[in-house]
Amino acid sequence: MRNESLKDIAIKELLLQLADDDFIHSYRGAEWLGLAPHIEEDVASASISQDTMGHAAIYYKLLDELGEGDADKLAHDRPAKERRNAIILELVNGPGHYMKDPDYDWAFAVVRNYFYTQAKAIKVQSLHSCSYEPLAEVAQKVQMELYYHLMHWKTWFVQLLGSGHLEAVSRMKAAIGKTMPDFAGVFSLGQYGEEMVELGLIEGEAVLQKKWIEAITPIFESVGLAATIQIGMARGDGRNGQHTEDLEKALKTLSEVYASDKAASW
Amino acid sequence: MNVLLNDMAGEEKLNQFIARIEAGEKIEADDWMPEEYRGTLIKLISMHGISEIMGALPEKEWVPKAPTLNRKLGIMAKVQDEMGHGQLLLRVAEDLLKPYSKKRDDLMQDLFKGDLKFHNVFHMEAKSWGDAGLIGWLVDGAAIISQTNMLGASYGPYARALQRICAEEVFHAQHGEAIIMALAEGTEEQRKLVQDSINYWWESLLLFFGPPSKKEVGTSKQDITIKYKIRTSTNEELRQAFFSKYVKRILSLGFSIPDETLRFDKESETWIYQQPDWGKLKVFARNEGPRSQDRLSLRRNSYEKNKWVREALAPKII
Ligand SMILES: [Fe+2]
Ligand SMILES: [Fe+2]
Repeated sequence: MRNESLKDIAIKELLLQLADDDFIHSYRGAEWLGLAPHIEEDVASASISQDTMGHAAIYYKLLDELGEGDADKLAHDRPAKERRNAIILELVNGPGHYMKDPDYDWAFAVVRNYFYTQAKAIKVQSLHSCSYEPLAEVAQKVQMELYYHLMHWKTWFVQLLGSGHLEAVSRMKAAIGKTMPDFAGVFSLGQYGEEMVELGLIEGEAVLQKKWIEAITPIFESVGLAATIQIGMARGDGRNGQHTEDLEKALKTLSEVYASDKAASW
Repeated sequence: MNVLLNDMAGEEKLNQFIARIEAGEKIEADDWMPEEYRGTLIKLISMHGISEIMGALPEKEWVPKAPTLNRKLGIMAKVQDEMGHGQLLLRVAEDLLKPYSKKRDDLMQDLFKGDLKFHNVFHMEAKSWGDAGLIGWLVDGAAIISQTNMLGASYGPYARALQRICAEEVFHAQHGEAIIMALAEGTEEQRKLVQDSINYWWESLLLFFGPPSKKEVGTSKQDITIKYKIRTSTNEELRQAFFSKYVKRILSLGFSIPDETLRFDKESETWIYQQPDWGKLKVFARNEGPRSQDRLSLRRNSYEKNKWVREALAPKII
């Protein structure tokens, strides 16, 4: 009996992590709408952000089915301290507002998107053998879309770093330097991580992280970067509710209309 | 451009061209066409294309704010479609621009300089979630009316692009209508969102179809576009079709239209309505609308901030 409830908690934790990661990641992507380097890219990355929001919605609905409350409420009505997303995903695209004087850095977008999409692909791969079957099924669907997302961001990553364009290369290196210190947060499984592994929900943090490093190392080498990949959780572990002001602000925007009348049907 | 060997040859070409469109044949990008035709198409299609792109901006504001997961997904899909329409149309325009050695970049510069205009509705503010719904319902609804009018356009590439665009616009109008219906069936406040939106957008929706004739704003391209079989109906006919389709619908939901004179005259079978302030079209054309400069500055911002990306992607000159 006790085991059963611990499993429930672990499943819900994992689903919240997956949902919150994609929810905020999709938001950061959507802020780029109309601002991408060219129109073709605007269309492509808008499509990726939309898929990503779709993934978040699927995870929230699984939580809904588990009795955690309405999916829309889970997405829109939880304060920052209850959110489980990794901190690196909540950080702003740059100074300014998405409707006024945004000073967004495409290099940071490419690096964060590539790193995250690769990490997500590895987690989703691991979820194929998840002992919680509904999640294993969802993983199949997510993986199909993810294939294109990963190809897209990997292409950008390699093109910009391999361009020989001084500013592009130095911006990309700076973006890598900005992303690494917080990126381990994506692999954190939070306080129920051990249970998740024991229960066969997902592989452990160290395994996921190692696979990720193995996946990106040849890409780094192909553009002449030393593959000294050192990631950390400089700003804390989002899985445990540690977050920055960037998330607070984002949530305000994401729930502005929802919060204007929580009981209303929209 | 197209210096003709002699007038006879030129006249013959023109006659052949007119005969082709009269016969309902499609003109393709590499076919000979009179300068007036090419120029008209370039203006029309580049303005249409850039309007799709500028039109994504007012809705963009409401993408993250959409109140449910499904609404978020719906509006994301719509904005993505609009950017896709812009991309498709700019490619059609670029092909037409080839003889002038102009490219996408030049179109963007024309936009920033104010030479390339974007559609009047996209100079307006989208102040609320009600506006986000109304844009889909009525602005896309109006766009469907004006674009289906060109589905049979004599210029093949434009007609084909419009086939795809119109099919997607139908989804946009449904998406908008679903938002409006939810609000209409909702609380007092939600209903007020819709009413405020109708009041704010009504004049813009009338302006959308353009002036009935030359005399309102001094120029009108509708005669040329009809002559070349790019479109069939006049601006006024399209506006009348809009009234016929939507006036009853709006009223039956219990909302009012901010025009006390609006009525259907049975004798003449036309809608009688308060003329909008046609002078506003000139204000928008000068980029002096409520949001003209903000939208342009977002576009310019993206263009300038990403200069390094375009440079890095440009083929290297060895
Ligand atoms: Fe469109
Ligand atoms: Fe549309």
